[in-house]
Amino acid sequence: MSEPLLSVRHLTTHFELARQTFACALEDVSFDVYPYQTIGLVGESGCGKSTTLMSILRLLPANARISGQVFFKGVDLLTLSEEQMRAYRWKELALIFQSAMNALNPVLRVDEQILEAILLHRLMPREQAWQRVQELLDLVGIAPQRSRQYPFQFSGGMRQRAMIAMALACSPSLLFADEPTTALDVMIQAQVLELLKDIQKRLGLAIVLVTHDLGVVAELCDQVVVLYGGRVAEYGSVDQIYNSPKHPYTQKLLESFPDIQRPGSALASIPGTPPRLTDLPPGCRFEPRCFARLERCRHQSPPLHEVAANHLAACHLLEEKALPYEE
Amino acid sequence: METWQRLKRNLGELWKSFRGNRMGLIGLGLVLSALAVAILAPWLTPYHPQQVIRDENGRGLTFAPPAVHPPLGTDDGGHDVWAQLVYGARISLTVGFLAGFIAMFVGSFFGILAGYFGGWLDNLLMRVTDVLLVIPDLPLMLVLVATIRQMQLKISPLTILILVIGLLYWTSTARLVRSQVLSIKERQFVARARAIGASHAHIIRKHILPQVMPLIVANTVLILSTAILIESGLAFLGLGDPTKPSWGTMLNFAFDRNAISNGAWWFYLPPGLAIVWVSLGCVLLGNVLEEMLNPRLSGHHLEGEAHIVKLGEAE
Repeated sequence: MSEPLLSVRHLTTHFELARQTFACALEDVSFDVYPYQTIGLVGESGCGKSTTLMSILRLLPANARISGQVFFKGVDLLTLSEEQMRAYRWKELALIFQSAMNALNPVLRVDEQILEAILLHRLMPREQAWQRVQELLDLVGIAPQRSRQYPFQFSGGMRQRAMIAMALACSPSLLFADEPTTALDVMIQAQVLELLKDIQKRLGLAIVLVTHDLGVVAELCDQVVVLYGGRVAEYGSVDQIYNSPKHPYTQKLLESFPDIQRPGSALASIPGTPPRLTDLPPGCRFEPRCFARLERCRHQSPPLHEVAANHLAACHLLEEKALPYEE
Repeated sequence: METWQRLKRNLGELWKSFRGNRMGLIGLGLVLSALAVAILAPWLTPYHPQQVIRDENGRGLTFAPPAVHPPLGTDDGGHDVWAQLVYGARISLTVGFLAGFIAMFVGSFFGILAGYFGGWLDNLLMRVTDVLLVIPDLPLMLVLVATIRQMQLKISPLTILILVIGLLYWTSTARLVRSQVLSIKERQFVARARAIGASHAHIIRKHILPQVMPLIVANTVLILSTAILIESGLAFLGLGDPTKPSWGTMLNFAFDRNAISNGAWWFYLPPGLAIVWVSLGCVLLGNVLEEMLNPRLSGHHLEGEAHIVKLGEAE
């Protein structure tokens, strides 16, 4: 395969809550994103999905401590100055926010907000930029006469489409989508996903999709990173993850999703809640909730094992079948 | 161009909803009439405020009642009171407006910076406002104005007044703006602005300022009335510029020269009423603007008229 567009290595993010008190939101997260590829970050709430995106974009609050490396086209974004980083935001790495209503300024017209992104990076003169805004809105299927309206005059689906138009404004090479369909109903959700797929095909973007909807992942993604408690639990292609999940968490997660082939079958649930970030279990993060836990899981954190080509899972149970993964 | 059109549209909408508000119209009328008087002063009176009015025998008319020398009589020195009043409007309003605007600019500037960036600046600002809040303003200003005058700097007494009032009254604006900025900067569209690569300056200009502007405008009008009142207070206590009498200075003269014991009500009532006129106008206008620009103060749509039908009363 070609060079990865984005290569995240050992990304670790702590939040300093008080002097010497840290919440560990991410630990040792690594994955690659290749051009034209869609990679899904899945997991429960609070497992670090959004934090991963925000750490890469360096948009976390001041009390965040980020370490590791994030190579984008060979440049480590974490070593850039704030000024240099600003040039990367949106021009190279755009983000679709979770709730488009909140992410749009209520007192500015929709077209002005898209224009803002283009003008900020001085990509083209004003006249041409207006032209571009119209093209973008056309691309996402918003009628020109509605572009002069305010966000509150848009329906939920339209806002999300406007958000996507804005994300494409500077022709980024990588698109982060932070639960782009969460607040939408199923019909609109399908429309937005279709649109994302279509745009990716037409513009050749790489997409990092954050979601807890495994159906969306199966439909859209090529690669999947399953996060649990701020660590990578399993990492592989969609086919590998869905058809031969190796981590107990992934297995349970998939079982907890309704299967159209077996209507009426009972859905599994995972007892307990995700760990608190200030009070993480010393061994495997999933140990307190795991159905297959061993004694050592309690104090020894499992390394990633390579169970198949490009399929990694972090579980002690895999020790006999696979070798620890080394880069 | 864009911005200008938007401003025009917004002002038009503002006027539309403002027109229906009686209190606001009264307030606006009071303030505008005072401004008109100040601007048109030379056309409203043939006399100069320092000019001594004489009778046929060439003697100064002192304490002449309005019936003898219309419209408002003369003071102890034979000066026309109406002329003093209309020229005094210039001084009072100038000091009030300039001090109010200084307070607005300084307050908004520090309020936005402290709210947006937080940290040590925020801490410093809050401590400074705490200190200024616990010191009674009038004595503090007295001391400051008197001390600065003692220093024999080449600053006119009016400038000293303007600076002292303006630079002590920014704290309430700063606090107000700061708290509003604190809530706006946590909104997601600010995070979005950061994500599109906007600098802090851009975010403040384009996303924060427009949202706190209504608050600043309403607050400024309220500060205006305070500034005019404070100026009158200081001038009454003798800290005004005797060569450029404001309404407060007039009251000071009236008090010093026994206008009250002489029964010369035409000397002390007009400036007092003028001060009430302007500050009432500012307060009415400010309150109405605040209510209009801040929808949260306008109450719930079910409030007021009995929209909720009581049990058993339904038709």
